[in-house]
Amino acid sequence: MLVIVIVAATTALTLGLVLRGVTAHPYQTTRQATSGPDVLATDFGHAALAHVAPLAHARGVVRSSGPFPVAFPVLRANGHTDAVLAEGRDTGPAPVDQPKLAEGSWVRSGAVVVERSFADALGLHAGDRVTLNGRSFKIAGVAVTAALPVNGLGFLEGSTQWPNPGLIWMTQADARSLATSHYPLGYLLNLKLTGPAAAEAFANRFDPGGYTNNTGGLYLIPWQMISRQDGLLVRHEQNIILVGSWLLALLAIGSLVILVGGRMAEQNRRVGLLKAVGGTPALVAGVLLAEYLALALIAAAAGLVIGRLVAPLLTNPGTGLLGTAGAPQLTVFTVAAVAAVALAVTVLATLVPALRAARTSTVRALADAARQPRRRAWLIGHSARLPVPLLLAVRLAARRPRRVLLSAGSIAVTVSGIVAVLFAHATLAVSQFGTSSGTANPDRSDVGFISQAAREDQVLLIVTILLVALAAVNVIFITRATVQDSRHASAVTRALGATPDQLALGLSAAQVLPALAGALLGLAGGFGLFTLEAQGGSVSQPPAWWLIIAVLGTVIAVAGLTSIPARIGARLPVAEILQTDNA
Amino acid sequence: MKTGDPIARARGLRKTYGKDDGLIRAVDSVDLDITRGETLAVMGPSGCGKSTLLHLIGGLDRPSDGELWLRGRRIDQLSERALAQMRCREVGFVFQAFHLMDELTAQENVELPALLAGRPPRSARRRAGELLEQVGLADRAGHLPSALSGGQRQRVAIARALANDPVLVLADEPTGNLDSAATLDVLRLFEGLHSAGYTLVIVTHDERIAATADRLVSMRDGAFIEETRLTGGTRPRLSALIELEG
Repeated sequence: MLVIVIVAATTALTLGLVLRGVTAHPYQTTRQATSGPDVLATDFGHAALAHVAPLAHARGVVRSSGPFPVAFPVLRANGHTDAVLAEGRDTGPAPVDQPKLAEGSWVRSGAVVVERSFADALGLHAGDRVTLNGRSFKIAGVAVTAALPVNGLGFLEGSTQWPNPGLIWMTQADARSLATSHYPLGYLLNLKLTGPAAAEAFANRFDPGGYTNNTGGLYLIPWQMISRQDGLLVRHEQNIILVGSWLLALLAIGSLVILVGGRMAEQNRRVGLLKAVGGTPALVAGVLLAEYLALALIAAAAGLVIGRLVAPLLTNPGTGLLGTAGAPQLTVFTVAAVAAVALAVTVLATLVPALRAARTSTVRALADAARQPRRRAWLIGHSARLPVPLLLAVRLAARRPRRVLLSAGSIAVTVSGIVAVLFAHATLAVSQFGTSSGTANPDRSDVGFISQAAREDQVLLIVTILLVALAAVNVIFITRATVQDSRHASAVTRALGATPDQLALGLSAAQVLPALAGALLGLAGGFGLFTLEAQGGSVSQPPAWWLIIAVLGTVIAVAGLTSIPARIGARLPVAEILQTDNA
Repeated sequence: MKTGDPIARARGLRKTYGKDDGLIRAVDSVDLDITRGETLAVMGPSGCGKSTLLHLIGGLDRPSDGELWLRGRRIDQLSERALAQMRCREVGFVFQAFHLMDELTAQENVELPALLAGRPPRSARRRAGELLEQVGLADRAGHLPSALSGGQRQRVAIARALANDPVLVLADEPTGNLDSAATLDVLRLFEGLHSAGYTLVIVTHDERIAATADRLVSMRDGAFIEETRLTGGTRPRLSALIELEG
């Protein structure tokens, strides 16, 4: 179990560290396969063509395709209503940016090709039908391109009405026919330069506002910008996984403290024997620490391997690009960082119990005597006024205050993660739908983000599941440790007349009370965490009921998880314990 | 129920562990009547089943077979909850190892059974104070068990056993961990309880302690092998013991 906990934390950490720059490869593959442009020039409005067309003959341009007319019709398909950027194309192949078909055939009159990530988001396939501004079109095919970023085209248009339209290709005649007075035609021109590396300089030369600052009018997009835009796909995921891995590491510390504490208690006699044969406290502490550090190193190695194997699953750039990112490489830094964190976590978790074991008197250790419980007079005094289960809960909790802190901390970390996920989800939902609850607004849905949002949601879900799983493990371990540790006290309490139900409720409530405090702390923690992760970006608050459910759900889950070990603990044979425990 | 009526009764009481060749008869076909107000001593070598018998009578363990009554109510088939309530209100336990809560003061240990019985904290505290005074530890009420001697701890345990005015006090080797002086203190307390009309069952392997009882049953291999009614009861025997210890 110890190894599993460290493996979980180191796997997450490995993922967080290796997911850097992993989309570069798929973008390059797609760019090569589609003869992607070095610079894309765009303009919208009545003078668009006049602004864009001369660039085909600018110095440094060796090849071009276009200008292609672009319309902004409203697409309706499969119950979705979305804005699309409809690019008019020739029926023959273009020398620059010829989208690569993933299925079906290229455009023809009355038949469109849908960009693959957009098609995936809407569930569209070749042969399906869509309507554009009310006119029916057949889907001839599905294709990918490197001319525009796969995570949406919102930065092209700057429209708040349609923040992130999807991309389709159709014949030039069809595109022209879809222009309206409100959304007149725009034009796209794909350029190949003599030196692709000079694309950014080229874009700055001709874009009046500079390509990083789209002020409207002529806008030039160098391929490096698109590559970076695609990189953003994974950057959010990297941040989520990195933050998640630190949360997991915190939880792992909690798990380790409990596990090690429990194992150390079981090793009392071994410690006593070591000391009885002349082992110094330093030797005892050293032996115990070395044992766990060796386990930590093995687990870290396993975590590194699993993390490296799992990373490609998360770095898949989506259907908008060709190929996969491949297995990210484990650098010396990553290996050293993961090993260092695993060792640090283990030292943090084992140092106190190891030192405590080393300081235990030899006689006590040989007698396998239980550790003396702590006394909190004010808590004991006040608990007398409570109903029996709560009285028992407070007194059980007060016996081991560090365990209470650990329990509360573990839940606080988990709820922080969950709340951060809720904030992230709400923020994504606002981006997608305009409302934090994620309810689609038919007048303003934005499927361009769906693919990315779905992927981020997926990563958030994985991190949340890991957090919840580790927290659940912690809750069970802590309850088990409490049951084990209070075995004698529980038996005496039952001998004095506490019913098994009262004791079971008490054992359970001893975990639920710190969990409630932890969950409330986690609310604030989660908000802070997400604000930090958002790095000054916009943050949308999830509906209050989500947060209430997160807190109450956590408390109820803790109550549920503790109920079984608590019930088992409350039904241990009293006579047997009192006979064998020599208090 | 008047004095002389059985307050507890066992018929064909058995407690076995294991099966076939490994079968252990911890308590084997025991018939027993404990009358109100009597002090019964149960003697025998280690492992003869004395403590198991005590645990069965007190509802800490369940018999494998046979019938058990307490105050006329059959208890061998009671639910765990009903048994717990019975232990809380009708039975007081005194253990060889004291089994006090380490983190609770003497006062808090003594008031615990009353709190478990649902008595108001103030009333539980007052009762605990009275009992500690009765066992001569009023000045030690705020001390933790670790700050008390073995004899003092056992006196706290006796006070705790009386917290809910039980009809039956069960003592399992109550002087087993005590020196002679502390043993005498405890015996004096039992004498006081006997005088006050409490029914006591004391499991012991110390003949001197057994000699202070009204009745003595000897056990071996889980069964009663001898029952002796001791002439004169507790007081003269205790006096003799006190004289013997000097």
